[in-house]
Amino acid sequence: MSNLAWIFVSTLIINNFTLVMFLGLCSFFGVTAKVETAWRLGLANTFVLLLTAVSAWFLNKYVLTHAPFLRTVAFIVVIASGVQIVEMAVKKHFPVLFRQLGIYLPLITTNCAILGLALFQTSRHYNLIEAVVFALGAGLGLTLALSLMASIRERLELAEVPAVARRMGLVLIVASSLSMAFMGFAGMGSGQ
Amino acid sequence: MTALPVSSAAAPTAELVPGAPPPAPLIQDLWRGISRENPVVIQMLGMCPTMAVTNLVANGIAMGLATTFVLVGSGIFVSLFRRHIANEVRITSYILIIATFVTLADMILAATFPVISKALGPFMPLIVANCLLLGRAEAFAAKVKVTRALVDGLGMGLGFTLSLTVLSTLRELLGRGTLLGQPVLGAGYEPWVFMVLPPGGFFALGLLLLAVTWVRGRRARRSPAR
Repeated sequence: MSNLAWIFVSTLIINNFTLVMFLGLCSFFGVTAKVETAWRLGLANTFVLLLTAVSAWFLNKYVLTHAPFLRTVAFIVVIASGVQIVEMAVKKHFPVLFRQLGIYLPLITTNCAILGLALFQTSRHYNLIEAVVFALGAGLGLTLALSLMASIRERLELAEVPAVARRMGLVLIVASSLSMAFMGFAGMGSGQ
Repeated sequence: MTALPVSSAAAPTAELVPGAPPPAPLIQDLWRGISRENPVVIQMLGMCPTMAVTNLVANGIAMGLATTFVLVGSGIFVSLFRRHIANEVRITSYILIIATFVTLADMILAATFPVISKALGPFMPLIVANCLLLGRAEAFAAKVKVTRALVDGLGMGLGFTLSLTVLSTLRELLGRGTLLGQPVLGAGYEPWVFMVLPPGGFFALGLLLLAVTWVRGRRARRSPAR
């Protein structure tokens, strides 16, 4: 498998950001009550991830070489302003989607998947193309995890469960089995 | 966990800030984060580090203490500047204050415990994106005096550390048969590796939440008046 394809498949499935790397769990538990909102938020996240990957690459290449200790601060400022721009654009051009996403749109800023992407891409020394592919895989992986979880939770709504498990306890155990399924793909990476 | 008297919502607020938390004795500000509003098992905030670093007790405690440091530091500064930060840019300002303290914590840990710092890796700078920090800054620290912000940060931090310690003890003990690296379950114990892998994180927290819900349900049934 070529390097780029490997990065894509690896982040999409084997090292899925949400289910295996534990990034972006707030939205994973917060917005997965309905499939409709889940995949829409996933795509909004993908867009912000792509934006972040490109800006983080430029920051790393031209700015942060002089001041590496400012990395966390610089990344989070870029992400916060990126999310702000996306929010304004969505509000102007897609007012219906804007109302559906509500509070979760600005909350993308504190989604650790975004900052995590920038940090991992730095520590792995990806070049610009690799970083974009990495972001695409991460975003689609996030969308996949969110939609899967939302469809399971829509079914769970109708199931009869003991009162103790009716809150988050059961959801976490379902997430555990989903995570196990995704980890099962790890064998694919044994050659790498 | 002893039950504390709930302060009445009708009490006059000392400061004229809309949405300010009702005045309460400091001990209650401290205790709330540890019990009734525990960040992990009740509020479900800061889930990412909770599951990512709790495969070993040492990592869990280090993450808990680092988060406590950032909570207290950012709480003090957000509270100090609460009259000077314009409403429109408050979230960005809070994030900047938090990011500064995270960078500090990251450097201190790297200088004192390089092994743990390496094990935590990107999850150390990722404290910035822990919604617990922004949540406390926005909901509490920005609306109260410095002492209360400090005590609240300390309480939330200790509650977070406590949950992480319990979770990592469970996972390390079952997954490796060790505690803080020392073997405790004897050579005959077959490690349940599942617990230190990612699915084990979801599973262990699920069990912990079930236990907490069960205990709370039982207590509520015993004293239905509250």
